[in-house]
Amino acid sequence: MLNFLARRLVTMLLTALCLTFIVFALTNLHPNLEKLAKQQASVRMSDAQVTSWLASHGYARPLVQRYGEWLGVVPGWTGKDAEGRPTGRCLSHYEGIKGATIPRYCGILQGDWGYSTVFREGVGGFLATRLAATGWLMLWVLIVMIPTSLVMGVLAGMREGSRLDRTLSVASIASTSTPEYVSGVVLIVLFGSSFTGLSLLFKQWGLISGGVILKGNATSAMSHITFDNFALPVATISIYGVGYIARMTRASMTEVMTAQYIRTARLKGVKFRNIVLRHALRNALIAPFTVIMLQIPWLLNGVVVTETLFSYKGFGWTLVQAASNNDIELLMGCSVVAVIVVLLTQLISDIGYVYLNPRIRIS
Amino acid sequence: MSDWDPSQPILEIENLSISFFTRLREIPAVMDFSCTVMPGEAMGLVGESGCGKSTVALGVMQDLGRNGRIVGGSIKFKGRDLNLMSDAELRQIRGSEIAMIYQEPMASLNPAMKVGAQLAEVPMIHQGMNKKAAWALARQIVEDVRLPDPDRILKAYPHQLSGGQQQRIVIAMALMSKPALLILDEPTTALDVTVEAGIVDLVKELGRKYGTSMLFISHNLGLILDTCDRLCVMYSGEAVETGSVRQVFDKMRHPYTQALFRSIPLPGADKNARPLIAIPGNFPLPHERPEGCNFGPRCDYFQQGLCDRGTIPMETIQGGDRHESRCLRFRQIDWAAPPKAGKTFEKAEPGKVVLRMDDLRKYYEVSANALFGRSGETKVVKANETLTFEARESETLAIVGESGCGKSTFAKVLMGLETATSGRVRLYGEEIQDTPIEKRNTNTVSSVQMVFQNPFDTLNPSMTVGRQIIRALEVFGEGKSDRERREKMLDLMDLVKLPREFADRMPRQLSGGQKQRVGIARAFAGGAKIVVADEPVSALDVSVQAAVTDLLMEIQRREKTTLLFISHDLSIVRYLADRVMVMYLGHVVEMGTTDEVFAPPYHPYTEALLSAVPIADTRVKKKRIVLEGDIPSAMNPPPGCPFQTRCRWKAHVPGNLCEIEVPPIKKLPGGHQIKCHLTDDDFATMEPVIEIAAE
Repeated sequence: MLNFLARRLVTMLLTALCLTFIVFALTNLHPNLEKLAKQQASVRMSDAQVTSWLASHGYARPLVQRYGEWLGVVPGWTGKDAEGRPTGRCLSHYEGIKGATIPRYCGILQGDWGYSTVFREGVGGFLATRLAATGWLMLWVLIVMIPTSLVMGVLAGMREGSRLDRTLSVASIASTSTPEYVSGVVLIVLFGSSFTGLSLLFKQWGLISGGVILKGNATSAMSHITFDNFALPVATISIYGVGYIARMTRASMTEVMTAQYIRTARLKGVKFRNIVLRHALRNALIAPFTVIMLQIPWLLNGVVVTETLFSYKGFGWTLVQAASNNDIELLMGCSVVAVIVVLLTQLISDIGYVYLNPRIRIS
Repeated sequence: MSDWDPSQPILEIENLSISFFTRLREIPAVMDFSCTVMPGEAMGLVGESGCGKSTVALGVMQDLGRNGRIVGGSIKFKGRDLNLMSDAELRQIRGSEIAMIYQEPMASLNPAMKVGAQLAEVPMIHQGMNKKAAWALARQIVEDVRLPDPDRILKAYPHQLSGGQQQRIVIAMALMSKPALLILDEPTTALDVTVEAGIVDLVKELGRKYGTSMLFISHNLGLILDTCDRLCVMYSGEAVETGSVRQVFDKMRHPYTQALFRSIPLPGADKNARPLIAIPGNFPLPHERPEGCNFGPRCDYFQQGLCDRGTIPMETIQGGDRHESRCLRFRQIDWAAPPKAGKTFEKAEPGKVVLRMDDLRKYYEVSANALFGRSGETKVVKANETLTFEARESETLAIVGESGCGKSTFAKVLMGLETATSGRVRLYGEEIQDTPIEKRNTNTVSSVQMVFQNPFDTLNPSMTVGRQIIRALEVFGEGKSDRERREKMLDLMDLVKLPREFADRMPRQLSGGQKQRVGIARAFAGGAKIVVADEPVSALDVSVQAAVTDLLMEIQRREKTTLLFISHDLSIVRYLADRVMVMYLGHVVEMGTTDEVFAPPYHPYTEALLSAVPIADTRVKKKRIVLEGDIPSAMNPPPGCPFQTRCRWKAHVPGNLCEIEVPPIKKLPGGHQIKCHLTDDDFATMEPVIEIAAE
């Protein structure tokens, strides 16, 4: 087991290195850097000025070297600015702190995530608060999505072709073919707008006192989560995932229900309820388990649309901001987080799979 | 159930008809089927695949799925009609009064539940037993089915047990609440013969012990003879003959039963002097059944105007014990007449040596545990140990052994799918053991070809049959143009006796036997000199097996091919092989001509193997030798002689020689060789396993 984990960790690290390097290379393409320089200094810089700005801010050196600095295996660059004050990669964090020893290395390995050029703040701390916000969102999505979809899938799959199966299948196909930017808008119109949709009706009937049934803006949830301000974003993300996982569960369940050991159970005199619960369920959950684990990284990018739509300032929203402003270090931070989440969920799914499926476990 | 009188039949099926309904049409699967099982009686149900025998079993269980429906007749169990019972009543009967044993034990056990839990469930449902008592009972029954170490087995998952052990668990599950009727659906088809013998013994003994009635479904007539009191022969959805086993075997009164017996290789059949008589034609599809007698078009006694109209009833035969036949002409047919003498052939003399193997070894290295083991730990599987033999032109060499004995590995090395670990394989004097198939020249590849076990999987489902053969011709570099190759393909179709129109058909439009013919045509496309036939007929129905075997023999005679016939079926091996090589755990334990191997002295393993094979002939007297335990794993073979763990002769060898030393090859007169420590005197005391009683 330990050996397996160790090997998996090594592969994970290698994958993470490759992926971050690709992101690093793409964000550091010359046009991006030029844009950054103009954004940071002046929009009307000449080409020569851009070149000197890049040189003085350490961007003019080879890509691999800068990647090494970001990683923390190559000493951070140092130099002097136009007024002759010392500058350097590792210097920015210690501005104003007298007598602090400035480290030679300041990369991700040293725990230094860099400095966000947009938010004028250290990437590490900034990301941590954003991730926490998104973590709450994802937690509630998972709490809603997984039980709903599994129940739907199992109910649909236990009697293939029944009326229940068809109804649930139509519902799950409809939900999975509705992307977040559609369902989010529809939900806001229905529940979160005081001018139209159900809110208006409810108000006319005197069912609600406020303007809307549910809030169409989740900014307040950053500090204080209520059903009111969180239901719509959670529902928006869940709707897409529910259909998908329910379809997978149904497929796996229908297959299990035709298996010979289910016939064995039936001809042993087991009640249908117990056939489903005791004999079919565990076998049917093996396949969807992997899918659910794959859904978690997908949720990370699913939140991009939803967080922007409901102006919930989490990880997705940060990613959008970082990308549109070419905030290199922040983008790098985001990609590191994404890579870690993807690889970690894969690891969990592999281990969990082994526990669900005794055939893989070695005696 | 108290009003049931034990002198009455336990199961009474009357005029049962079962149909499956598809969108297109109703497909009758069973028609007008009647049979009666008395308490304590074992009833056999014999027939080829698709004849409806499993449908009858599922009909009794009232588990026909959504498409199947009972459209007529009644199934009475202890006097109560199962067709009229509610779901709850049926649930009470299933598992407690009627239990079933299935064909594939692995698939019939829940992979994610411990064996003990699956067993204990039965009394917990039916007798309301508490968990502890149920597990205790499970432990006792597991002991009853003679499984070693019951506590470990109860806590194991199905995949941790061997096939034979799994089947014993399925049997234990069926016996958990002492059912009155046991339905066995091909319970041993997926198992090796020596394991099968053990299971059959167990079932018989348990039947006696608990007084259980049995409905035994099988396609193997020999097995029915071993286990049943009465039998019912089915053909295309109908029962065609029923009666006591002795009557049906010795005084059959239906042409199909007769044809069936003539097409299976019984002792005495010989490929040259007394070839098998295959049943002509094919099994009719359910929606293409002929008017009148279903067997009519394939029957030797068919009479136009009589057999091809109306429905044919079951008629009782005078002087029999409930012996019935569904034939209008059984009174006119002379049943004692010997079969029309088929073509007889000159025995082909083996020519020069074409293939020679010297000390061939093939070891595999496997890492013991991919996921959770310590790293670097590898084990060596010795799949083949010192194989030495030669094969001559137009000779048939049979390689016999149970699964895991290394016979397929040997074929892979010969074909070049694997390379040998050491030793030499010489084909016409050229060494090929180290050349994988990609590096072999076309000539070598086309001269060593293979006919595979399962014709259903080895043809490309999306390519016409003719195209597939032409493809083989292209690969072998036969023919100069497409036209020439097409001509050659049609010749090959003639060779394997398939109509030329079949060239444009898709594999799915062909029956199993026809597909296997395509497989044979493909193997011979490049003028193969050596053909490795890996269980070529074991996936086929009995009546088709004879025809395919005949075809192989005929092509062999014409082309002077060397046939390496890999099989576990000793009856067919005895029928067609010139020489036999018996393998066990990678070792060749015995080799000699067919007559030498099938007569004493035997290697102890050969002796057990011969005794395990069920023979469908009432005249045959067999010595019963049941091997204990399973074949040891090739990953962890026993020290010394590979067979010592199960050998009944081990006590005859002084000391613990068998456990220390791999026996030397003992050469007997006439090239017969046995790998055993026994002395000549011991060999001299061996008695023949199979004896045919004088008529």
